[in-house]
Amino acid sequence: MQPHQTLPRANLAGWLYVSPLVLVLVPFFVAPILVVLAASFFATDGFGGLTPGFTLASYVEVLHSALTLKLYLATIKFTVLTWVFTLIIGFFVAYFLVFHVRNQLLAIGLFLLCTVPFWTSNIIRMISWIPLLGKEGLINQALLATGVIRQPLEVLLFSDLAVVIAYVHQLTIFMIVPIFNSMARIDKKLIEAAIDAGASRFDIMRLIVVPMSKSGIALGTIFVVSIVMGDFFVVKVMSGGGSASVVSAFYEDVGVLQYPTAAASAVLLTLVLVAIVSLILRTVDIRQEITR
Amino acid sequence: MKSDHGDIELAGVCKSFDGITNVVDGVNLKIADGAYCCFIGPSGCGKTTILRMIAGHEDPTAGEIVIGGQNVVGLAPVQRRTAMMFQSYALFPHLTVRENIAFALRVRGQSKADRLRAADAMIEKVRLTQFADRLPAQLSGGQQQRVALARAAITEPRVLLLDEPLSALDEKLRVQMRQELRRMQQELGITFIHVTHTQLEAIALADLVVVMEQGRIKQAGAARDVYAHPHDRYVAEFMGGQNVLSGRVEKVNGTSFTLAQAAPAGIEVPLQARSTVSVGDTVDIAVRRDDVALVRPGRELPPGCSNSLPSRVLAIEYQGYFVKVMLDTVPDDEFVAYVPEKTFFADPFTVGDVVMATWATGSALPLAHESRRAQGV
Repeated sequence: MQPHQTLPRANLAGWLYVSPLVLVLVPFFVAPILVVLAASFFATDGFGGLTPGFTLASYVEVLHSALTLKLYLATIKFTVLTWVFTLIIGFFVAYFLVFHVRNQLLAIGLFLLCTVPFWTSNIIRMISWIPLLGKEGLINQALLATGVIRQPLEVLLFSDLAVVIAYVHQLTIFMIVPIFNSMARIDKKLIEAAIDAGASRFDIMRLIVVPMSKSGIALGTIFVVSIVMGDFFVVKVMSGGGSASVVSAFYEDVGVLQYPTAAASAVLLTLVLVAIVSLILRTVDIRQEITR
Repeated sequence: MKSDHGDIELAGVCKSFDGITNVVDGVNLKIADGAYCCFIGPSGCGKTTILRMIAGHEDPTAGEIVIGGQNVVGLAPVQRRTAMMFQSYALFPHLTVRENIAFALRVRGQSKADRLRAADAMIEKVRLTQFADRLPAQLSGGQQQRVALARAAITEPRVLLLDEPLSALDEKLRVQMRQELRRMQQELGITFIHVTHTQLEAIALADLVVVMEQGRIKQAGAARDVYAHPHDRYVAEFMGGQNVLSGRVEKVNGTSFTLAQAAPAGIEVPLQARSTVSVGDTVDIAVRRDDVALVRPGRELPPGCSNSLPSRVLAIEYQGYFVKVMLDTVPDDEFVAYVPEKTFFADPFTVGDVVMATWATGSALPLAHESRRAQGV
């Protein structure tokens, strides 16, 4: 019969279509994850040597350590603060670009302006906070000169505040782009229809724009949360070593050749992130929203 | 000064988007309370802009818009007590039918119980009860249109504005929804202003038909007036159903004049009381397509017909209850006869036949000349 003959061929075509993605994902994503997963079950001689085998010792160590909980709490604090600020700033920047800039060329220009910080490296972007936030920095000088404070504020740089500022600076664009994208697809006639019905500007935002930007907000949240939770560098540099995060802890483990513990921490973090992302995806059906 | 009356007066209304050209150019119009008014014209004639100015989504550059005795320029739609039904409906895709319809009440601060009760009553009125919890995307075009109508009507506006409400529907549904619009209008007893580019829709629905061209009103009047007595060539051609001939006046006597044309004797046209015609003028006349009779050469003309134009049949289209016969009667213009089916098939013509096109002399209608600008009634 006909279907029996065509089926294998259709399958082959299907595999060909997905092969580029498979060729990228398998060596660069699936394989490393498997390596880490395997390493987390290995034993170590304490000097970097790994003994293949199956032991849960590393997990027991990670889960029993009081430090783990503390690190997660610290990381979640940074994540939530960063998420709140990037969401507020990102939402309003996107809202302004989509609904208040009438000239489309200008909107695209302003949009590109948002990406300017990315023309330089992460390290330089962080270093450039020092002349602004430092003890002799612009803000402290200004505050001293106006007599608001007598002593320079130490809390500005090398503190949790500085970490959050750096994160927000780096990651707001990850909120702007998806929110802008979903807002731009809102038919302007809907806004007009809402005005016609007597809706105020706040009503329109609350009842039309926010619900219809949900998929963008969810995507941006996934970006921001997974980047902040997987980061150690910003915490290290901007807190001046005063704060730690989950990743900075297993980075230390790697430094002292404790590979299995580091791998177990990494697997744990991956599981936590998967849980968070699937929670977000449960509240917003991104696939349906994107193909709408 | 609150008034429940939905009578509208446009006085010298102009709109320009670029400061150079007027999209709407000095429109004067009175629409009675509770009337069904259709604006009709080709795209870009300014009809939608007028609608949006009445709705309060656009401000006129000059002129006044008076609703129920109150100048509403600068007021928000809510203060005007108008409601608009948008082209392609603009339903909120994330809200159910019930929430869409209750939206206006929600933003007016009505309690949830009250607004849902009102919405359900309106849903029943537009016969959507079983679809109340669906999202707009799960409805057919006709159902979406009813939701849009219900959403606009729930605020009890005194004027309902409809921007090409039927253009997204297929032919059959369009005729059905047309009746529904008219029924709703009579039920609500409020002024409807409907923008369309389909003349059939306009004459089927409207108490007042307003024909527009390039920002100006060409003719405004009852559907039958506009269709049967077009003011000039533009209106005649736009409303359809008319043949327009033009020619030079050869002879004028007390009650009629003669137009030089292909016919050796010219065309005799009755002189209307108000039009003045003198020899040498170029004049357009209109002859209804269903008034044209076709006679084989040499046969006797029907009684009352003094004009006959020799023509060749160019094409024949069967339309059901009539047959559309296209002729080469006049060199540059279309000339069409709508022959009743039974008459046609009693003695059918074929393409290429020579026939005499004739009509009762009294039925020809002289038109105002293009250069004399038509004014709205």
